[in-house]
Amino acid sequence: MKTVRNVVCPFCGSLCDDIEVDIEDNRVVKVRKGCAISATKFTKYNEERIYKPRIDGREVSLEEAINEAVEILANAKYPALYGWSCTSTEAINIGIEIAELVGGVMDNTASVCHGPTILGEQDAGISTCTLGQVKNRAELIIYWGCNPAHAHPRHMARYSAASRGRFVKGRKERTVIVVDVRKTHTAKTADIFIQIKPNSDFELLTALRWAVKNGELEQEEIAGIPAEKIEELADMLISCRFGALFFGLGLTMSAGKARNIEAAVNLVRELNNYTKFVMVPMRGHFNVTGANEVMAWATGFPFAVDFSRGYPFYNPGDTTFVDVLTRGDCDAALIVASDPVSGFPAEAIRNLAKIPVITLDPHETLTTMISKVVIPTAVVGIEAEGSAYRMDAVPLRLKKLVEPPPGILSDEEVLKMILKKLKERVK
Amino acid sequence: MELLIKNGYVYDPINEINGEKMDIAVKDGKIVESVSSDAKVIDATNMLVMPGGVDIHSHIAGSKVNSGRILRPEDHYKDVKPRTAITRAEVGHTVPSTYTIGYRYARLGYTTVIEAASPPLKTRHTHEELNDIPLIDKSCYLVLDNNWIVLDYLSQGEIDKCAAFIGWIFKALKGYAIKIVNPGGVELWGWGKNVESLDDQVPPFDITPREIIRGLCKINKMLNLPHTIHLHTNNLGKPGNYRTTIETMDTVSDLADGKPNIHITHVQFCGYGGDSWITLRSGAPEIAKYVNNHNHVTIDLGQVVFGDATTMTGDGPFQFILQNLTGNKWKNADVEAEGSAGIVPYKYKRKNFVNAVQWTIGLELALLIKDPWRVFLTTDHPNAGTFMKYPRVITWLMSKVAREKVLNKINKRAKKRSTLPSIDREYTFYEIAIITRAATAKALNLANKGHLGVGADADIAIYNINPMEIDPSKEYKKVRRALKRAAYTIKGGEIIVKDGEIVKSFIGETFWVKPAIPEDLEKDMLREVSEKFKEYYTVSLENYIIGENELASSKPIAVKTNL
Repeated sequence: MKTVRNVVCPFCGSLCDDIEVDIEDNRVVKVRKGCAISATKFTKYNEERIYKPRIDGREVSLEEAINEAVEILANAKYPALYGWSCTSTEAINIGIEIAELVGGVMDNTASVCHGPTILGEQDAGISTCTLGQVKNRAELIIYWGCNPAHAHPRHMARYSAASRGRFVKGRKERTVIVVDVRKTHTAKTADIFIQIKPNSDFELLTALRWAVKNGELEQEEIAGIPAEKIEELADMLISCRFGALFFGLGLTMSAGKARNIEAAVNLVRELNNYTKFVMVPMRGHFNVTGANEVMAWATGFPFAVDFSRGYPFYNPGDTTFVDVLTRGDCDAALIVASDPVSGFPAEAIRNLAKIPVITLDPHETLTTMISKVVIPTAVVGIEAEGSAYRMDAVPLRLKKLVEPPPGILSDEEVLKMILKKLKERVK
Repeated sequence: MELLIKNGYVYDPINEINGEKMDIAVKDGKIVESVSSDAKVIDATNMLVMPGGVDIHSHIAGSKVNSGRILRPEDHYKDVKPRTAITRAEVGHTVPSTYTIGYRYARLGYTTVIEAASPPLKTRHTHEELNDIPLIDKSCYLVLDNNWIVLDYLSQGEIDKCAAFIGWIFKALKGYAIKIVNPGGVELWGWGKNVESLDDQVPPFDITPREIIRGLCKINKMLNLPHTIHLHTNNLGKPGNYRTTIETMDTVSDLADGKPNIHITHVQFCGYGGDSWITLRSGAPEIAKYVNNHNHVTIDLGQVVFGDATTMTGDGPFQFILQNLTGNKWKNADVEAEGSAGIVPYKYKRKNFVNAVQWTIGLELALLIKDPWRVFLTTDHPNAGTFMKYPRVITWLMSKVAREKVLNKINKRAKKRSTLPSIDREYTFYEIAIITRAATAKALNLANKGHLGVGADADIAIYNINPMEIDPSKEYKKVRRALKRAAYTIKGGEIIVKDGEIVKSFIGETFWVKPAIPEDLEKDMLREVSEKFKEYYTVSLENYIIGENELASSKPIAVKTNL
């Protein structure tokens, strides 16, 4: 048996990098330090695996599957390439070149989660930081529309509310505020819980900014919160030495979407005239941030890139996969490390079911079940190495701990093979 | 492969060749004495031949640059080019994609570029982007002046351990030189504050900016690093800051031993006289006077070019001031225990008084500093303008007429206050070759770059212009056109550009320094650092280290230290 230390967990955007894993006979037998989700990911990654490539449900050789994938992509007029948040940055990078070569749409799952965060940032900017800055300095922490106790289980202990930093030594030295529509587990641990009316985040953020700037509000109540409470809150935000706002899909996907983010950005910007304030999105999948990063450096845009003109074109709402699919525009799809069928609107899925789909995934999913070509791949961060970006864009190196099942290659290797053959095919 | 570049007019200042008609022979990527008769011949008759350009300060890769890309989709829409059989799709404009950066530098005849500021924790990102920049050789400076471990060691007077830590960090993260960005000020930005002078305290470290600069300057010498400390001053972007700049230069003058020991970067941004934006004037004459009298200093310009820019620096508090001044969108990104970064889109306007004064400062610096070996051409891309504007800046330096044409269009008050109209100096092609390749290669101590002597890397730029016939003073537009699109760019002996188009693409090398540190000292230091790491950082020391296999084409440069 051997123990590997400082393993980076390939589950959520927290990318905890202190996991200890015991390995025996090419199998993970024990996980220490990880959260419950992490432990499950490391020990049960072998369940529901796919072991053989398939075309139309028939088991084939890897070569046949790759040839078929190449045929589909080369013959498609407007293919879409989607997913990417649960694979390595290197694999995504190859995906971008494939999209460029075949003139397709390249999009990642940010378009259905923190896409509005990016759009809000593109409108107004963002004052942000790496998580250690919060750990070392933040006296006041707000969780807005997110529930790290469930979604990012070690976030509070390692990086935020209860972390021990150089200047702020732990939970007792911090004030924690939760803003949510319901009393979540995270809210139960907060010093202050603000229960707002659903879909009124924009109003509360704007009122807070007004209160920060002008002290007093005209209205009696905003977003279901009494004005005095908002004014009191504004005073707290101004008087801390360093404040951090963490936000999740409760903010990005409720009414207002990108406008909510813009309102938050403007509140934080205003606060920086009085104290130091930052905000950090609670990104979900372990490398969704990396997907945005590599797409930006290779194409200029972080998601929703359309190569049908030969050069990158970006118009979210139009070039986002869910929209392309709902319109029924794309005539083939390559899905990597994602399961759109389980989460997309019915109309989009109906259209997806009509076109040839190639899926790369270690596991059986609803998407693999409707795919024409399925190529099983290694689990990144357990069976394959590669780079990934934490929610705060800190890049880390995922480790290869065990060998993948015989004949199974990584996303990166399979995509390289597809690219190579496509280059010979598409001149 | 062998190449013979025949009959060009060669400008190779390191070898004191000033416009001599001669042949250059290339074999296996290097300049050689002679080649066989099988060599491919490039007819460079009536053309200008120079070593490939070496850019000492440009923001080309890493988290800050990519934040700029993400922040500014509007920057990219109008500047695109489809994929070709050889090149990837191109996307500009002020913050181009990685591929675009490589192609565009190559078209200008540049073959080596250094990323100006990489925060250690995000240097893996920097390398991932450098891996995707084609054609040019590259490296990155590591921002170390607001690093808590450095500050701890310096304030405790443990200079040996601090040197060992910095030496180790170059090995671990694959960087090239010590970058200093608003020392002390950026640490205080962690609390939304800044320093105002070299002698302000930086709590809780019990240290001042002056002590940080002097400490790192000493360590640079102890480690025997190839480049000097590379410094972005305190008070950058504030009226009257030329005094801070001169004080900063002077604070290490006693540590020098006849050679440069400090490089002040984008001096235009820290060369302001006056005491408010209304009384702003150029501080270039005072700075030039200091540089002319002190040979321990090198500088680069940070020349403003009117038009679009994206300001991006590791100077968080400066970017905060700029967003308040402009009201433009603002990205701030602090890095735990290391520093910060800020990004604000910007447009330099001719009729704007401040912008016009800024434009005059860079040119005054270049024209008033007598020794071209100590003043380098940069626009601090993309802060004062993009690197694509270098040909334009070169013609301003070579032609008084070209300068006057702009002077007549800029803000009148700015023109009246400037000494620029009274300066007659015009750069020669030889001097241009110095400030764009020879001197920068020398300042970086890259022995095989920036010249065309036997043994040098065969990085060569050939421009379709006859330096014997043209009068750059009058025919500056012809010069500009020729420099914008190299007739040939040769990188490592391969023709990569012909008639301004990319004809071949590959990935160049990433070089980095590998200082030898005494084993016991390194062990002691690492024991302490790994403890500090647990408290200061959110990643483990092991995962902080970047493996050599993470670099697409790694070229370590071993350095013997004086430790």
